[in-house]
Amino acid sequence: MNGEKPIEGERKVFMTGNEVVAWGALAAGAEIMYGYPITPQNEIMHYWARLGPKFGKRFLQTEDELSAGFTTIGGVLTGKRAFTATAGPGNVLMQEPLSMAEAMRIPTVVVIQQRGGPSTATVIYSQQEVTLTCFGGNGEGLRVVYATASHQELFDYTIKAFNTAWRYRFPAFILGDGYQAKMRESLVIYDPAARGIEMISPEPLVGKTGVPGTDREAAHLRNAFSVEEELLHALGDDIEEYERVAPEIIEYDAFNTTEADLLVVAHGVVFRSVAMAVRELVNQGERVGYFRPITLRPFPGTQLREAAQGAEQLLVVESAYGQLNKLVLENLYGSNVPVRTLFRPGVGITPEEVNEECRALLAGKEA
Amino acid sequence: MEILPKMPKSWNPASKPHKFCPGCGHGLVLKALGQAIDELGIQDRLVFGCDIGCSLLAWDFFNVDTVQTHHGRTTPVMVGIKRARPELVTVAYMGDGGGYAIGSQHLVNAATRNDIITCILVNNTNYAMTGGQMAPTTIPGQKTETTPYGRDVAEAGYPMLGPEMVATISHEGAYVARGSVAKFRQLKGYLKKALENQMAGRGFSFIEALSTCPTNWRTNAEQTWAFVEETMPKYFPLGELKFPGGKEE
Ligand SMILES: Cc1ncc(C[n+]2csc(CCOP(=O)(O)OP(=O)(O)O)c2C)c(N)n1
Ligand code: SF4
Ligand SMILES: [Mg+2]
Repeated sequence: MNGEKPIEGERKVFMTGNEVVAWGALAAGAEIMYGYPITPQNEIMHYWARLGPKFGKRFLQTEDELSAGFTTIGGVLTGKRAFTATAGPGNVLMQEPLSMAEAMRIPTVVVIQQRGGPSTATVIYSQQEVTLTCFGGNGEGLRVVYATASHQELFDYTIKAFNTAWRYRFPAFILGDGYQAKMRESLVIYDPAARGIEMISPEPLVGKTGVPGTDREAAHLRNAFSVEEELLHALGDDIEEYERVAPEIIEYDAFNTTEADLLVVAHGVVFRSVAMAVRELVNQGERVGYFRPITLRPFPGTQLREAAQGAEQLLVVESAYGQLNKLVLENLYGSNVPVRTLFRPGVGITPEEVNEECRALLAGKEA
Repeated sequence: MEILPKMPKSWNPASKPHKFCPGCGHGLVLKALGQAIDELGIQDRLVFGCDIGCSLLAWDFFNVDTVQTHHGRTTPVMVGIKRARPELVTVAYMGDGGGYAIGSQHLVNAATRNDIITCILVNNTNYAMTGGQMAPTTIPGQKTETTPYGRDVAEAGYPMLGPEMVATISHEGAYVARGSVAKFRQLKGYLKKALENQMAGRGFSFIEALSTCPTNWRTNAEQTWAFVEETMPKYFPLGELKFPGGKEE
């Protein structure tokens, strides 16, 4: 079966989010996964380990997430699409290798299925790894973070993450969660070529052909510098490039923003409850809209400010104690629109709860 | 007898003279490695990984593809490379702190998984780069910045016997040896065999090299040599512990 495409054309399927990620990575042409078990991402490895060998793909179970991250870096350095997946405490350990990937512009792809925190907490669901995934490590957050809300998006953005990473050479993350990981949903899986999606070809950073020093220069890749000026130069270039390409990478979704007195902001699976509640309220004649950042890094700040312009108040809804809210406030700096919050750290949020909160806020305004 | 050129072909002349202190053993280990690479003709296939520690000063030492990683993490980076591109020859070069303390889980697991890589660990009985603290290999009674009255085994334990540990947990195809910069030809032989073992696909290869650190030992040339040649082998015996391709001596 080597060389055979994992998916021909497209296919309607009904599967769990973790299975979707494995298929997405296969469809993207990923060649090797490195990973360490942690709930709720385990089944990504399980499916990859089962499906992979049929298509000549490799898998390595490592001794911990430090190793999973650093072996992924090794795989990427050889010019292969390589990836790993983790969650919670594993995401904490993963930040050490990912800071190296960030420093050295190594296009790693990491899938995070968020679980409750702090510490071991729950294995179910949460949105508490936003700060860690966007800004983890001793660095500046030069990474791309896609927060998915559906199984279709898990598939689409897994493919996209490989292309973003290899096009821009910044580490790319899929930020999912335990609900998305474990629940079943229908979606269409496809061969990217059948949709006209061109996969960016990976390139080896080490192990190129020819004798170094004779036929070509040797690759001398480092992340340690002896003087501040060297660091400033390297990091300065990276920051400048990140800022330059950010507008091409940024993705968001917005609805009814020009007609909204109340603008609700949410990301990931919580956004689905928000979208349902807002559409229902609009159908009932309420002046509500929503704004959803799809990329949390880089953050669609200009777009959010624009969407918030006509609103009398904002409501930030998240399954964390203000991690999205921090990004929102930072990007709204200078605007005086009041920001209300609905925080449920590590707990799911239903459309009914959002609806109720919106109605209370709208009524408060009227009163 | 073949006369070797002064500088191995695989060295990067642009980065010489190298960045190690005068009298440092790192340069000798890397000279032996350079000669082994030349003799095997693998400059085009070798990926050299160096750790954080004084080994990081080797980031542009060779004209081979090189990646400088994090403290203790060179082994997993090389494992990742080898798993993705088995035709490459990978060398993880690290200090005793990197290999036996912060990255010991990687050494243990690469050895038990029988990863087809070569690890070279420089034993200089201290954390050199950070200014001479106790390392897992600091010998009983030895003074360091964090054992200013000498390593007290009752409190700080005993020196780590790395090759002995790796020999015990590794598998049939593993090559394990301990050499010394004080026995250059023997060390070069071990390094070459460790690379050959990888090229033959037999298994994990591990070389510990006893080395010098006059800067942190605060020793003159004579004392430095006496310590590496006479004192260290009392705790760290030289020789091959596992040799699937045949014994050296
Ligand atoms: C995670 C982490 N912890 C600590 C350090 C600081 N550090 C840099 S080098 C080093 C010790 C190096 O000792 P060794 O590995 O024996 O190498 P040597 O310098 O002796 O050759 C330490 C602790 C670091 N760079 N990273
Ligand atoms: S501090 Fe010691 S190990 Fe480091 S370069 Fe100097 S002599 Fe060598
Ligand atoms: Mg040391």
